[in-house]
Amino acid sequence: MQLSREALLNAYRAMKTIREFEERLHVEIQTGEIAGFTHLYCGQEAVAVGVCAHLGTQDRIVSTHRGHGHCLAKGCDVEGMMKEIWGSREGLCKGKGGSMHIADADKGMLGANGIVGAGAPIAVGAALASRADGPGPDGLNVAIAFSGDGACNQGTTFEAMNLAVVTQAPCIFVFENNHYSEHTGFSYAVGTAQDIASRAQAFGMKAWRADGTDFFAVHDTMREVLAHVRAGGGPVAVEFDTERFFGHFEGDPQRYRGPGELDRIRAERDCLKRFRAAVTAAGLLDHAEIDTLDTEVLDAIEAAVAAARAAARPTAEDVLADVYISY
Amino acid sequence: MTKMMYRDAVLSTIMEEMARDPDVVVLGEDVVGGMGTAGGPEAIGGIWSTSTGLYDRFGPTRVIDTPISESAIIGAAAGLALSGKRPVAELMFADFIGVCLDQLWNQIAKFRYMFGGKTRCPAVIRMAYGAGFNAAAQHSQSVHQILTGMPGLKVVMPATPADVKGLLRTAIRDDDPVIFLEHKALYATSGEVPDDPDFMIPFGHARLTRAGGDVTIVSTGLLLGMCEAAADRLAAEGIGCDVIDLRTTSPLDEEAILDSVEVTGRLIVVDEAPPRCGLAADLRALVAEKAFSSLKAPPLQVTPPHTPIPFARELESAYLPSIDKIEDAVRRVLAWR
Ligand SMILES: Cc1ncc(C[n+]2csc(CCOP(=O)(O)OP(=O)(O)O)c2C)c(N)n1
Ligand SMILES: [Mg+2]
Repeated sequence: MQLSREALLNAYRAMKTIREFEERLHVEIQTGEIAGFTHLYCGQEAVAVGVCAHLGTQDRIVSTHRGHGHCLAKGCDVEGMMKEIWGSREGLCKGKGGSMHIADADKGMLGANGIVGAGAPIAVGAALASRADGPGPDGLNVAIAFSGDGACNQGTTFEAMNLAVVTQAPCIFVFENNHYSEHTGFSYAVGTAQDIASRAQAFGMKAWRADGTDFFAVHDTMREVLAHVRAGGGPVAVEFDTERFFGHFEGDPQRYRGPGELDRIRAERDCLKRFRAAVTAAGLLDHAEIDTLDTEVLDAIEAAVAAARAAARPTAEDVLADVYISY
Repeated sequence: MTKMMYRDAVLSTIMEEMARDPDVVVLGEDVVGGMGTAGGPEAIGGIWSTSTGLYDRFGPTRVIDTPISESAIIGAAAGLALSGKRPVAELMFADFIGVCLDQLWNQIAKFRYMFGGKTRCPAVIRMAYGAGFNAAAQHSQSVHQILTGMPGLKVVMPATPADVKGLLRTAIRDDDPVIFLEHKALYATSGEVPDDPDFMIPFGHARLTRAGGDVTIVSTGLLLGMCEAAADRLAAEGIGCDVIDLRTTSPLDEEAILDSVEVTGRLIVVDEAPPRCGLAADLRALVAEKAFSSLKAPPLQVTPPHTPIPFARELESAYLPSIDKIEDAVRRVLAWR
C-alpha cells in the first residue's frame, strides 16, 4: 500500500459516496418517487474507485446499465446525477437519460448504457482517438470499457477486443464479474473454464485477475495495467471478482440466490469494511477520521436528495430540445 | 371463455402449442431464469413471466436459456427453423433488434424468397415493446415501423388477451417468420379468451372495435385503448368514430381501412412509433391513393415527435400520444373547411 493519507481518504470517500448514493436510492425507489429502471452498484465500489483513481480527465471510460459507481468515481457531480435520476431538467442529462444513461463527456465519462455489450466498441474508438493524439508526458491517455460478466458473451465485446488488439489501441477491458447476468449464473452463461480473463488472453492481449472487493488489490493491479497501456503496450483485460449487494434491478425478488448468500457477502465481501479494517490495522487511518468521512458523505447525499427533490421539472417544450432535426 | 391476463395468454399459448407439436422450441435470455445459480432453473421464469414452467415441463432441449447474445439467439432461431423446428425466440426488449438486425433482416426475412421458395423459415420472434415506464431511449421503443418495412416478415401487434391467443397460435403454426410484438403496458391487462384449443385469428384481418361513421381512427396495441377512450368521450357529444385495430401491420387489411374511410372521409392514424416513414405515413398514403375521392379532410397522424424517447415522467408523457391528442385530432379533421 504505497498510498498517501490523502489518497486513502479520497479512495474511502469515493467508495462511501457510491455506497450511500445507492443505499439511499434503494430506499427512495420504494416510495415511487423515482421513475424508470435502476440498477444499483452497491458491493462493487472498490472496482470503480480502484480503477478511476489512476485516471485523469483525458482518460475516458464507457459504462453499463449499472453505471452510477463508474460515473461517481470518474468525477460526475453527485447532485447533477441525483437530479438526473429524479428526472429534473437540472440533471446531468436534463432529465432525458435517467439512471441508465448518465454521461458527462467533460469528465471523460462517455455514458452509462442500456444495451449490454454496446460499450466496449465505443471504448475502442475512444482509445483510437488517444492513439491518434499520441502520448503526453505521462504516456498515452487510455479508454476503459467497463463490462459485466454477462456482457462478455456479447459479440460486440468480442469484436471490440479483437479490433483493439489488431490496432494496438490503448484500451482496457475491465470485466466486473459479479457472478450474475440478471437471473442467470456466471457458471451457466460463460463457457470458458470459470473465467473471463483467459478469454481475453485468447484474443492476444495481456490479462489480469484480482479480487474486486479488495480496494488495494484493484488499485495495485491497475497501477501495473496502466503502466503497460500508457507506455504503448496495447490493450489489456482485467477481470475483477466482485459482488452485487442488491437485485439485478430494483424490485428483483432474487430467488436465484442461495440461503444466506446476501448476508454472507455483506459480512465477508464488503469492500468498505475490508478497507477500514486494513487501514486501521496498519495504523494508516483511525476509526474516528473514517467516521468523520462517513458523516460528511451522508450529509452530502442528504443534500443531493433535497436538491433533486427541489429541482426544476422539465416541461413539454423540453421534449424538442437537443434533437438534430425536428418536424 | 376464460378470463386471463395478456401475459398469461402468451404463456398458455406457447405451453399448448409445445404440448401439441414437439417441434416447437423456445429460446431466449432468462427464459428459464436461475440457470447456474443456487436457486436453480425456474428460480425466476423469465422477466415478463411469459415462459414460467416451460422448462420444467419440456426440458432443456426444447427450452433453451441463452447467454446475452441476441445475434446468436436470432441466428439460432433461423437455423432451427431451417432444420424443421418451430422456434419461438424471445428478445427481452424490442429495442435489442439493434444488436441482431442482420439475422432478422438479411437472414430470416429473406430465406424463402431468396432460396426460390424451396425453404420455409417458421420462426416466431417475440419481443416486448413500448413506452410508458420511463425506461428511456433504449428500453421503450416501438419497432414495428422498422420491421414492417422489411419484405419477408409478418408483423403482429395484439391489443387484447384474446388476440394474443388467436394470433400467437397462428404465428406458431405459420410457415413463415413472424414478429410478435407484445406491449409491456398490456401484460397485466385482462380479458376473456376462447377456450377452443384451435382458436386462431388469421393474419391481415383487422377488427372494428367502435362503429361511429364520422371519423376513422386506426391503431394497434396499447394505443388502441386510448383511441377507444377518445371515441367514447366524443360519442357523448354525438361524434361517431370508427376505431380499427389493425392486429397485424403486415399483412395489412387495406380493405377494412378503405371501407371505413369511404364512409367517414376522415382518417386518423394513431401510432407509438416516430412520425417519419412509418405506419401512419404509410396508411395515410394508402387512403390518399385509394380513397382520394372520399376524403373530406387531410388524413392526420397522432404520433410522438421525431426524437428519441425521453426519460423523465413529464417528458415521456408529453412525448406520447394521449386521449386528449387523439380527441384534438378528431376535432381538427371535423373542423376542416
Ligand atoms: C443487448 C441487451 N440484451 C439484454 C439486456 C437486458 N439486460 C440488462 S442487464 C442484463 C444483465 C447484464 O449482466 P452483466 O453484464 O453481468 O452486468 P451486471 O448486471 O451483472 O452488472 C441483461 C440481460 C440489455 N439491456 N441489452
Ligand atoms: Mg454480472
